[in-house]
Amino acid sequence: MSFQVVVLWSDALLFVLIAAIIGLMLWARRQDALRAAWGRVARDGMAMSAATVLAAFVVVGLLDSLHYRARLEAQPGAPAGAPARYAVEVHSVLDALLADLRQRSEKTYSAPLATHLYSKEALADSAQREFPRLKHGGAHLGADLSGHEFDIAVRVSRGCAGGMAIWLLLVAAWCRLRGVEVIEMLKVGAGGTAIRPVVLTLLPILLLLGIAISLGGGYHVFGTDKVGQDVLYLSLKSIRTGLLIGTLTTLVMLPLAVLLGILAGYVGGWVDDVIQYLYTTLSSIPGVLLIAAAVLMMQVIIDTHPDWFATSAERADARLLALCLILGMTSWTGVARLLRGETLKLRELEFVQAAQAFGVGRFAIMRRHILPNLMHIVLIALVMDFSGLVLAEAVLSYVGVGVDPSTISFGTMINTARMELAREPMVWWSLAAAFSFMFALVLAANLFADAVRDAFDPRSSA
Amino acid sequence: MLAYIIRRLLYAIPILVGVNLLTFGLFFVVNTPDDMARMQLGVKRVTPEAIEKWKAERGYDKPLVWNAAAAGSAALTDTIFFSKSVRMFAGDFGRADDGRDIAREIGTRMGPSLAIAVPTFVLGLFVAISFALLLVFFRATTLDFAGVVLCVAMMSISGLFYIIGGQWLVSKVWHLAPISGYSGGLDAAKFLILPVIIGVIGGIGASTRWYRTIFLEEITRDYVRTARAKGLPERVVLFRHVLRNAMIPILTGVVVVIPTLFMGSLLTESFFGIPGLGSYTIDAINAQDFAVVRSMVFIGSVLYIVGLLLTDISYTIADPRVRLQ
Repeated sequence: MSFQVVVLWSDALLFVLIAAIIGLMLWARRQDALRAAWGRVARDGMAMSAATVLAAFVVVGLLDSLHYRARLEAQPGAPAGAPARYAVEVHSVLDALLADLRQRSEKTYSAPLATHLYSKEALADSAQREFPRLKHGGAHLGADLSGHEFDIAVRVSRGCAGGMAIWLLLVAAWCRLRGVEVIEMLKVGAGGTAIRPVVLTLLPILLLLGIAISLGGGYHVFGTDKVGQDVLYLSLKSIRTGLLIGTLTTLVMLPLAVLLGILAGYVGGWVDDVIQYLYTTLSSIPGVLLIAAAVLMMQVIIDTHPDWFATSAERADARLLALCLILGMTSWTGVARLLRGETLKLRELEFVQAAQAFGVGRFAIMRRHILPNLMHIVLIALVMDFSGLVLAEAVLSYVGVGVDPSTISFGTMINTARMELAREPMVWWSLAAAFSFMFALVLAANLFADAVRDAFDPRSSA
Repeated sequence: MLAYIIRRLLYAIPILVGVNLLTFGLFFVVNTPDDMARMQLGVKRVTPEAIEKWKAERGYDKPLVWNAAAAGSAALTDTIFFSKSVRMFAGDFGRADDGRDIAREIGTRMGPSLAIAVPTFVLGLFVAISFALLLVFFRATTLDFAGVVLCVAMMSISGLFYIIGGQWLVSKVWHLAPISGYSGGLDAAKFLILPVIIGVIGGIGASTRWYRTIFLEEITRDYVRTARAKGLPERVVLFRHVLRNAMIPILTGVVVVIPTLFMGSLLTESFFGIPGLGSYTIDAINAQDFAVVRSMVFIGSVLYIVGLLLTDISYTIADPRVRLQ
């Protein structure tokens, strides 16, 4: 083996989560009511194209969650049977795919698609200070820069053509498989419309991908940051962090919220009092302060136990997980209150009273009769919280209580780039890249969440 | 109603004790008073005597929550937790680690915080409700659809972007307002205008959409149909009937926020260099000044509880049928 697989805790949880979602989807297919509701989501064009964009982000995030440590070259004098040694750094499959971007770093800032560095330097062969050429950006052009713009245009059109070709291939293959005419599928209002927005959204994604690959081969598409790292690479790496925080936090929050909310609403009495006291106390503390206090505490614990973690990646990962845990512990109160109120209403309905009259146990009633009737609230809370959490990560990292500074995330990108607008000339590209990627992710999540809410909320279907 | 208010205020006491215990626990699980002393004294001056002196001066030389050496009720009272927490109920927040009086600091910093938070809140509320009514007036048209899409797009943009982008555009490119800073008196207006506008714009997407849903829910009711059947113009239906009847859900979300306006906004204040309570809190978090963080948490909780109470009282004003008991 030329590498050693590393499974970080967050990777494992992410894959468990994906498996759970697939399992739930298979289960939901057999439930008529759920299939009808998801059918409404599928018929919503906006939702399907948002889902496509989200899926693209998830693919990047998953590629970035398969970690390994590369095997080091055997030392020349080492005996043949010596145990293999592995690199200290943990890389992901995404890192391997983007090895070019990751390794071709410059000295410092450079603008998108630039051929020269951002700041002047004293060059060896000239008396004046000049903008030095980049080591990698536009290096293939040689000394003659007159073809710079032409080269970019060629690469963009080549990328477009490539993306278009792949899209056409995919569309043709799909139509062949299903036995549908291509024109028929792309028509407005055709029978199986669920696929049409997906196909149409796939086109710009593939075009952008084609352009990025073709331009990225010779330039830094989004420029480089202060230490010369490629901004496109950083943006792509940030996706995983955002996805993790958005999903794992709800994973922590939901069991707590569901259990306590239903217990408080159904059992009542002192149980209700204790649970209400708990969530009123927690929610009366200003959110950021509670999170800050908890994060600082955890930071001290991590700092005082360096022996727990084999690599720095594991330490950063532990901090990321702890942040999700803390966010989850502080954000369950809202959903719990909602579920308690709904349970109070359900408890008085006939079907619950009938179950009580039949002598069904308390916990059986909660599980069989109350919980299924609350699932739409849980689902809506889950999708609605996602985008808020992605945005919150950036703010928390700015306050200094977010992810580990060595973890690449939108928050850390913005935090390191925010003073750069004051430079002359302005360094805008890393901020712009971080904000646009975040905007695309959050917008897609919001649109999808809206469609899910419309489909599942009984009130909105009226 | 008075009995109700008193009962709610009494109910707040266990919550505040819980809040204090929680912050206390979070902090002292990992920090000992010795650690605090070491951090404050700096590396050079740390001697066992200096640490003991620092702790004794600030009352950190007692046990944390349980004084086994003391007899009777003193076992509970003669501890760091009790001596530091109980005084807060009387409004005595003690001193920050740098020796300044926290209560006084809060008093002077409250002004700038309110100067930003109140205009942002009032203007934001007005703008969002107006937009929402406009969208409802044009419901199920292209304008409504475009408005909702715009709202979703606006709420998908990071709050940091509004601040950074606004500072760059208005202050650096257009030179319309100073980029950051603060001064007292009427001069403050020119420093306040940018953060207030950015605050309003940043919040508009989410709140407009929220109010729109509330109004749309209200507009399907029977009384609205009756009002239209009477021949009232849509404008009157919206302002007279729908807006008033939507007050309860609006108040639920809005009134609870009012008292917490005192706390200021962490992000806005630290970006615009405004010496308010929000930036005070951030500085305290970064300096790990427990006394300040604890005081801010305490005040925040008190204000939140007051907000909940005010919400209940405001219901009785908005809807005379509501009785508190």
